[in-house]
Amino acid sequence: MNLVTAINDGLRVALESDPTSCVFGEDVAFGGVFRATTGLREVFGGKRVFNTPLSEQGIAGFAIGMAAVGSTAIAEIQFADYIFPAFDQLVNEAAKYRYRSGNEFNVGKLLVRAPYGAVGHGGHYHSQSPEAYFAHTAGLKVVIPSTPYEAKGLLLASIRDPNPVIFFEPKALYRSSVEDVPVGDYEIPLSKARIVKEGKDITIIGYGAQIQVLTEAAKVAEEQLGITCEIIDLRTIQPWDKTTVFASVKKTGRLIISHEAPRNCGFAAEVAASVQESCFPYLEAPIQRVCGYDTPFPLIFEKFYLPDKFKNLEAIRQTIQYDFSDQ
Amino acid sequence: MAAMEDSSKVVTHFKDALIVPNRPEHVVPTYRILEDGKLNTPDKVEISDEEVIRCYKGMVTLNEMDSKLYDIQRQGLISFYMTSYGEEAIHYGSAAALDMGDVVFAQYREVGVLMYRGFTVQNVVDQCYSNIRDLGKGRQMPIHYGSKELNYQTISSTLGTQIPNAAGAGYAMKMQGKPNCAVCYFGDGAASEGDFHAALNFAATLGSATIFICRNNKWAISTPTRDQYRGDAIAGRGVAYGMHTIRVDGNDFFAIYNATKEARRIAVEEGRPVLIETMTYRVGHHSTSDDFTRYREQKEVSPWQKDNPITRLRLWLENQGLWDNNKNDQLKKEARESVIAAMKEAEVLQKPKISDLFTDVYDKETDQLRSDREKLFQHLAKYPNQYPIDIHLPES
Repeated sequence: MNLVTAINDGLRVALESDPTSCVFGEDVAFGGVFRATTGLREVFGGKRVFNTPLSEQGIAGFAIGMAAVGSTAIAEIQFADYIFPAFDQLVNEAAKYRYRSGNEFNVGKLLVRAPYGAVGHGGHYHSQSPEAYFAHTAGLKVVIPSTPYEAKGLLLASIRDPNPVIFFEPKALYRSSVEDVPVGDYEIPLSKARIVKEGKDITIIGYGAQIQVLTEAAKVAEEQLGITCEIIDLRTIQPWDKTTVFASVKKTGRLIISHEAPRNCGFAAEVAASVQESCFPYLEAPIQRVCGYDTPFPLIFEKFYLPDKFKNLEAIRQTIQYDFSDQ
Repeated sequence: MAAMEDSSKVVTHFKDALIVPNRPEHVVPTYRILEDGKLNTPDKVEISDEEVIRCYKGMVTLNEMDSKLYDIQRQGLISFYMTSYGEEAIHYGSAAALDMGDVVFAQYREVGVLMYRGFTVQNVVDQCYSNIRDLGKGRQMPIHYGSKELNYQTISSTLGTQIPNAAGAGYAMKMQGKPNCAVCYFGDGAASEGDFHAALNFAATLGSATIFICRNNKWAISTPTRDQYRGDAIAGRGVAYGMHTIRVDGNDFFAIYNATKEARRIAVEEGRPVLIETMTYRVGHHSTSDDFTRYREQKEVSPWQKDNPITRLRLWLENQGLWDNNKNDQLKKEARESVIAAMKEAEVLQKPKISDLFTDVYDKETDQLRSDREKLFQHLAKYPNQYPIDIHLPES
């Protein structure tokens, strides 16, 4: 399956296994603009798989209300770039629902899916990676898969997690990433990072579509520098798996964090600060962040903007060759 | 109501097309049946005398409670308060027409609905004091009540957000096959939020079993309705969304009861939403942080203090021989005493345990929250005299 087929299959399993679950959003009835909901309406009916009016705050607010009375709400925001009208509902309502009511009520049965990230020609509003905005909000979980197998297992775990989850899907991989995916029901636990590749000289952390970029950069670096890189797929942005990350950095002594989103207050800043606090004696070089620039996501300059393989390769080289006595 | 057809009326003159329809026949009329202490209606009002008396007592108790809690906020005993003066009939008239299985989503000026359902004066006072009996564990400001047992979703300060929540809840309840609906309260100011638009449009197009009840009390803090909208208030919009809509005199207990009862029948039996706009007047200040004399004159308020929903209902009760001055004096006395007794009880109770700062963020404590909690307690052990530790329930 490719990544979007895996998502579609995950939604099918979710609808089959939970009679209260509904899938809805803009244009999901005919299969979705990325075909993520293809065929679901035919199987599960128009009351469980349906179009909404074109309003993101409405989609999020409606979904929160469904979850508040015990139904499973699987809402789609067409592009992560358009999640901001729903920001108030997600940050002020969904995230705080359990806490503010003293656990009288909760919206744990809420999941919001949204395609995110660069796609080659998405410009300002079809390319964004807004995960850091939500990582700053206690009460929300934020999950980003990196392959089709990961996507289905993490999606099912996110739908069934008793907390509101925002699930960002790397749309660049919807069709390009293909692997074997079980047709049955399986889950991948949240807040558990995945070691994509073990290594001993440097830790490289990313998530989503960036894992592919980092894997390529590491391969070249290993050939050129005679080192081994440990690549970690964070999978869950909030609450994130510090245990796995700290153990890896304590082993390698070096760390690079890379994401498409802008650097300033991006999630890499949180990872870097936490590692610095907890692994200070182990660090042999400054932690590097390889991120998007602090600009809006540009159209014709996308290739220059992205934290691509070569920028990561150069960061690995500098980190490996870092010498305190030169400073 | 049939779905609106695409407008097929063709005009050939620009002049005609530019006329704003503002004729009386385009204005939604106001439903009123209680006049001068008598019911003036061909409609049935199917409510027992005992139930009316129960509601009247609730309205008076709410009024006395408001008066006392407003005063004690001024004395600094609680941090904040909002009264319901002038809007008591909306609370009790609608609450009496609902079923306990109906889920309520409220704004903040609807505590009478919750009290009708069984929330006591003591429950209200405990929440306002943030003590160990506050179901919300002292995390939210006073008046942000909620109760799972009473099917009343916890209030949040964010205006209008509960309106699409209620649209979704009404849809889910219909899907679950429950013989119940969602009921959503909000003010005329909140209806200007984008969430109102989203909610009514979603409820209409998707078929939510939801009753939307707008309290149009003519003021959103200092903003009068002439600065809030220029159309036919809120009811005019319900018509535009293709929704059953009624405008009701918000000081008429029986009109609100009848409208809510029929709205509930439509929501539950037909699975469609209904908008009720209740026309009233906010007699009190917006909140304890507000002084209405800075933006409106007392002479505007005075008539509404006289024509208020409590005295209107009382006149009806007296005409029926169900009420008299002695009973009224006794009721007010009991209500005042119940508030004072509740305050005495509330003020000596401890505040929730300090570790409740960290619970319920997620269903389970995360590693990060565990670490933060442990660090706070280590800090408190070092600096015990710098924090009000003693007023909180000790950790078990």
